[in-house]
Amino acid sequence: MIAQNFEYETPSTLEEALELLADGAKALAGGMSLIPLMKLRLAVPERVVDLRRVPGLNSIRVAEGQLHIGAMVTHYELESTPLVRRSSPLLAAAAASIGDVQVRNLGTLGGSIAHADPAADYPAALQALEAVIRIAGKGGERAVSAAEFFVDTFTTALEPGELVVEVSVPVEAAGTGVRYEKCEQLASGFALVGVAARVAKKGGKVSMARVGVTGLAGSSYRAKNVEALLEGTTGSAQDVTRAAAAVAEGKEANSDIHASADYRAHLARVYTARALRAALGTAG
Amino acid sequence: MKRSITLQINGKTHTDEVEPRLLLIHYLREVAGLTGPHIGCETSLCGACTVTVDGKAVKSCTMFAVQADGRDVVTIEGLASNGDLHPLQTAFWEEHGAQCGYCTPGMIMASKQLLERIPHPGEEEIRHGVKGNLCRCTGYQHIVNAVKAAAAKMGA
Repeated sequence: MIAQNFEYETPSTLEEALELLADGAKALAGGMSLIPLMKLRLAVPERVVDLRRVPGLNSIRVAEGQLHIGAMVTHYELESTPLVRRSSPLLAAAAASIGDVQVRNLGTLGGSIAHADPAADYPAALQALEAVIRIAGKGGERAVSAAEFFVDTFTTALEPGELVVEVSVPVEAAGTGVRYEKCEQLASGFALVGVAARVAKKGGKVSMARVGVTGLAGSSYRAKNVEALLEGTTGSAQDVTRAAAAVAEGKEANSDIHASADYRAHLARVYTARALRAALGTAG
Repeated sequence: MKRSITLQINGKTHTDEVEPRLLLIHYLREVAGLTGPHIGCETSLCGACTVTVDGKAVKSCTMFAVQADGRDVVTIEGLASNGDLHPLQTAFWEEHGAQCGYCTPGMIMASKQLLERIPHPGEEEIRHGVKGNLCRCTGYQHIVNAVKAAAAKMGA
């Protein structure tokens, strides 16, 4: 499998990269999504901009209660960096569940979310974390929420020529319980359904619940109906089951060779309950 | 348009003119003449083409050779030193970790990465560490045994 010929650029500044992208070039980060597509000639870019020499896209830092992660940070770096594991165990868990070690060594946070595979792991976590995605273009920068960013299958809020430069998630407060649970398609590691949950309790009641879902529908989403059903309850097994039952409501579930729509909806209910139970188990 | 790349492979400097679309696995096998890394699926799934780039295990069928420009690549050929096999190579031999042998170079390179990160892995960690490498002969048990044996030897 040989890709169509292309010109290869390795800009050494963000400005230079954005200039090339504005000119119609395709951004290459870890290549774990783009290169397979190019080999299949589903993607036939005439010019590819390798971002590996662009400075400033590899940082991981905490500022003002937010964990800021550069777009070129790899899945392995996210799963293994103590600062990330401490500050956002949910994001670290999502990163650790991706594909295999070879993919996690090269694949990047920015590349994965820009590709927006409907069965990718990060979107579930980023929805539950209410992440903010910083986007740069030749005309300047803007920031969008995860809910706005993930539009549809392989479709994001990125305009032509724009690049994801950073993702920010809240530093998890002590006592917040988190969990990512996925039913994995074994051959690929992608999620048939993946559910990210964050919960906090106060005075014996669930004071905060956030649920992000991937794999079920064309785009990841935040299951606000589940959150509303759970908040204010004691978080009993019954409360969890009742709330989780609503996760697929109003969603058109994907159907493919691996799972029918009905089965995916069933999985979503089961995995939402599992993720919530586990998250509640560690919530203080 | 061809590009000039210069990289280290198994400690030796290589400079070649390559098309940007040339995959690293094709470069290693057909230009550098290193046929240790194998082409199995060529679709990022089987791991037979695994090599390390700057110390990180990667599937060389899913990287362009131009992306390895300026980097340090190690293939299975680079593991033995002065004719002495790497403990992983010896362990795969002694524990019958190879049957047809096709997956073995990639399996060993992935296992090497695992032992660098987790020097004494449990069985589950080993299976997780070679998840990206498929073997169609052994049923994996002998591979797991080989990695365990190598870990014991390297830690001794």
